[in-house]
Amino acid sequence: MKYVEEFRDGQAVRAYAERIRRLVTRPWQIMEICGGQTHTIVKYGIDELLPPTVRLVHGPGCPVCVTPVGAIDRALAIAARPEVTFCSFGDMLRVPGSRKNLLMIKAEGGDVRMVYSPLDALAIAEANPQREVVFFAIGFETTAPTAAMAAWQARRKGIRNFSLLVSQVRVPPAIEALMEAPDNAIQGFLAAGHVCAIMGTEEYLPLAARYRMPLVVTGFEPLDLMQGIHRCLTQLEAGRHEVEIQYARAVRPQGNPAARRMLGEVFRIIDREWRGLGVIPASGLGLSEAYADFDAEQRFPVGELPAADDHGCMSGLILRGVAKPRDCPAFGTRCTPEHPLGATMVSSEGACAAYQRYRRLTEEALA
Amino acid sequence: MCLAVPGAIRAIDATDPDNPLGRIDFGGVLRAVSLAYVPEARVGDYVVVHAGFAISLLDEEEAAAAIADFRALDALP
Repeated sequence: MKYVEEFRDGQAVRAYAERIRRLVTRPWQIMEICGGQTHTIVKYGIDELLPPTVRLVHGPGCPVCVTPVGAIDRALAIAARPEVTFCSFGDMLRVPGSRKNLLMIKAEGGDVRMVYSPLDALAIAEANPQREVVFFAIGFETTAPTAAMAAWQARRKGIRNFSLLVSQVRVPPAIEALMEAPDNAIQGFLAAGHVCAIMGTEEYLPLAARYRMPLVVTGFEPLDLMQGIHRCLTQLEAGRHEVEIQYARAVRPQGNPAARRMLGEVFRIIDREWRGLGVIPASGLGLSEAYADFDAEQRFPVGELPAADDHGCMSGLILRGVAKPRDCPAFGTRCTPEHPLGATMVSSEGACAAYQRYRRLTEEALA
Repeated sequence: MCLAVPGAIRAIDATDPDNPLGRIDFGGVLRAVSLAYVPEARVGDYVVVHAGFAISLLDEEEAAAAIADFRALDALP
């Protein structure tokens, strides 16, 4: 496919690795915040091509992984109601709540459907006025404008049987929380390319200045990552701490003005709890006053649900980049993608799932 | 989750001006995608698509510059 294949040239990836080896004079730690980038890094073995002094730390940028158990339990309670058609992106269906997941609710007779776009959920609501259609709006700033557009169109068309269960999150406050942690050892960041395609780079300038660390907005193909890592290391070696855009074919400094306007109308910034990180101030989006009617939490109150914790799962430490999947005693034994204990193993973008899928064979060969 | 794929706009249906739809070609697979967030998009442009929406126009000059940078690597001693 055009604009994909060109960025997967193995020879150029190896040439970049050589360039990085010549550049680096001391150890550095860089975090890739985005789960999609973690997936690419582990799948293509990018971390293994880097010199041993360069450590890539996997960040909490997987919305499926950071959705707290309480939010999943609320989704399950709403999805189980007889009048509700519950629509979700596919990657949320197997994420464990305290006792069940959305697929189990479906198996028990709940009307749970996987959709590709929030507009598909809106179309279901329009075609089935007797059903209450709820869309589970999770994700970062990349996904938020798609849910916002569904709410905006529902309001414009007067579709009353549609609502959003919102658990949207924002990247910059999470970077701040990671940098403020006492055990933080991150020196540079690869910022998430598609989040910045929407939001631009202005929120990242104060972060780079305050923590004196480079932030390189990076794409998702192997060569994007190599180039992003190279640029981040170039800044670190030179003692610079700027925001730069590697993924310039998709990201402009101002982001996407039309999408940002829609976000401002439909959502407002709120505090949000992250799985593994706790409550991070101003790190979430909730529906604005004008869209309160479309809030599934108000429409279907489920009360306080007692939440179970992740028994024997280290995903909290893994999401903060403090531990790697192999550090967890349950990894690959009690916890596998088929029987996940925690979200980092369920989601294909979770670090544990990526290691389990792409690293198990090499590790068995080494054993 | 934030996965997004580049595709080429083959046709635009602007029947609903608030939600123009593009027929996007992803290496031979055609899909209808909302162009609401890229009002400046024209037939022939490449867009980056996520969850049924074009979220960004793909800047072909920037893509070419990046690819040229990779080619220059091969010339390193």
